Amino acid sequence: MKLAYWPGCVSRGFTPELHGSMELVAPKLDLELVELDRANCSGAGVIAEHNQELADTLNARTFALAQGVDGAFGMMNICSTCQGAQSECQERLDADPEYRAQINANLRADGLSYDRTGDWWNKNFLWLLVEEIGLDKLRERIVRPLEGLRIAPFYGCYIVRPTKRLGFDKHPERDQYLDQLIDVLGAEPVQYAGSHKCCGFPLITMNRTTSLRQAGRHLADAIDAGADCLVTPCPLCHLNLDMQQPEASKYVERDLDVPVLHLPQVVGLALGLEPKELGMNKHVVKTKDVQRKVAQLAAA
Amino acid sequence: MGILDKLRSKDSDPGAPEGQAQQSGKTAESYTLKIRRYDPESGEAARYEDHEVELSPERSVLDGILYAKDHADASIAIRCSCRAAICGSCGVRINGKTALACNTRISDAAAKAGAGEPIVVEPMNNMPVIKDLIVDMDAVHWKKIQRVVPWLLPDGEAPEREYIVPAEAMIDVTQSMACIQCGVCVGACLALEVDEEFIGPAALAKAYRFVGDPRDGQTEERLQDLAEDPHGLYDCTHCFACVEACPKDVAPMDQIMRLRRRATGDYGIKDKNNGYGHEHAFVNILERWGTLHEAQLLPRTFGDGSLIRGQTEPGAVKQLIESLPTAARGLKSGKVSPRKALLHPKLPDQKSVRRIFREIHARDERLELNMYIVGENSAEEEGAQAEASGEV
Repeated sequence: MKLAYWPGCVSRGFTPELHGSMELVAPKLDLELVELDRANCSGAGVIAEHNQELADTLNARTFALAQGVDGAFGMMNICSTCQGAQSECQERLDADPEYRAQINANLRADGLSYDRTGDWWNKNFLWLLVEEIGLDKLRERIVRPLEGLRIAPFYGCYIVRPTKRLGFDKHPERDQYLDQLIDVLGAEPVQYAGSHKCCGFPLITMNRTTSLRQAGRHLADAIDAGADCLVTPCPLCHLNLDMQQPEASKYVERDLDVPVLHLPQVVGLALGLEPKELGMNKHVVKTKDVQRKVAQLAAA
Repeated sequence: MGILDKLRSKDSDPGAPEGQAQQSGKTAESYTLKIRRYDPESGEAARYEDHEVELSPERSVLDGILYAKDHADASIAIRCSCRAAICGSCGVRINGKTALACNTRISDAAAKAGAGEPIVVEPMNNMPVIKDLIVDMDAVHWKKIQRVVPWLLPDGEAPEREYIVPAEAMIDVTQSMACIQCGVCVGACLALEVDEEFIGPAALAKAYRFVGDPRDGQTEERLQDLAEDPHGLYDCTHCFACVEACPKDVAPMDQIMRLRRRATGDYGIKDKNNGYGHEHAFVNILERWGTLHEAQLLPRTFGDGSLIRGQTEPGAVKQLIESLPTAARGLKSGKVSPRKALLHPKLPDQKSVRRIFREIHARDERLELNMYIVGENSAEEEGAQAEASGEV
């Protein structure tokens, strides 16, 4: 399946292991990724907060570039926040032809235009896995079921709310995909209070206490529910849950020390890729225990 | 048959559970409600009770709670009145999601709970429980509403007759005026969960109702106050929980973003919480590079969006020092190389991105599409009409 691929900024910035692991996983799933190397940041909600027309124009630009990829089924992203920010703009662009024309006029100088066609989509890798590839097909490719690994899903706000905007009418189980996926990979999905809550990242520079209390609380809940690690489709959640974890631990006044994996890393492990090539050594919270468990699976 | 049912069947109240089931011609089905019971005066811990209810599928979770109250235990406490999502009394958590009980279909709640699982009904979060499903709205919700001065503060003398207001200005505040003060967004708020002092979604949406009103004479003062409050405008974590929960599509978070836009864009309010700095850092970085240069976001945020301006403020220095351990860990783990921290590639056609920024920033007015006014289906309707008239 050929796809226009939008990796986002953070997956090539502070979480390079995310983009790297996606590139290794793609061929194992017969995905041909055409990277949108001219596309701009989705604005992560901040640009929309600053100026809606600017956010909508920048994302219409990305959509137009994606629609220009010859033979692509659609566009794939690997960042919940990009998904949410782009879906918000797409909702407005699709809602009103006059508004869409105004936004497209901003792109005319570059010969770009976003066309509203009923079957064009922009999907996060998680949605793509379940809806376009299919969990049954994924199951056939698994060479290393992650048996015995207890994984806590962390969805990220932007991919689960608001349901009206994010296509839950058509796909009502989108808020359960991560749980379903963990199960298919042979691991055990951990139920805990924080799975669909906010990691606190958007507040890290504006209210550090609120931000890190959120991250700390959800990590603690996952640990108390017996998780070996968390998995998230959002690199911004990863920044607050992994990179800031030692700081978050101070705000909830307890030890945390639970690794947080990116979605393609977990899929990659089950598809037989090695932790090191998936960049699992590039985390702030060490992934040694998870790596050891995976090594034992390989030996068994 | 409970006493209430008898009374209702006597005057054939269409709201009575069995009455309506017969009216609609649908047969009643069996549902299990798992209701959280708690009476602080009893000294006993909270407990969960299962109740079987017989209702037709289109009835509400509130009908289910009232059924249990009528048939099994009259002491179940729930606040309700209109049963039609108007009075805003029956906010509860249903399977963990905050909603009005009268506005949630019992069959939908059962489907969400999963086969063989009960529908879990609990009081709303973020407010103390008075009894069972009733929370103390005065202690939290109404106190926060008071905080934002929820009345008009006009300048000068009142006009002889009515105020004349442009229609567009009223349309702009229509969405925030749709609020029924049910407190469902307050119960759902994920920032309030960790910071009980956060002004919260309902009160901030209410604040926009007056900030957006041209008759109000304290717009800048209101914005300044909310921007400088450490639990105000910049304590919203942008999680969409309030947008999802609101039964009236007020989208409180969108109103908070409007307040931010007015504070930074229209009044240039440079707050101590870095709201202004964060927005400007982000905008400046994208205008320059096209993608996010993360290593510069933090220092620029602490300095009004710039690497130079505002950097000598004591607050900026303190915050930079606070972030150093995280930066050091980033370097140590190999996530961030010194080269990557310093150099960031521009997009190949960054010129065109920069042109977009320049053109849009040069406009006199911000172009905004209000989905609340336009509606999500306008395009489909238009498509359908075009199809019908043979244009497609």
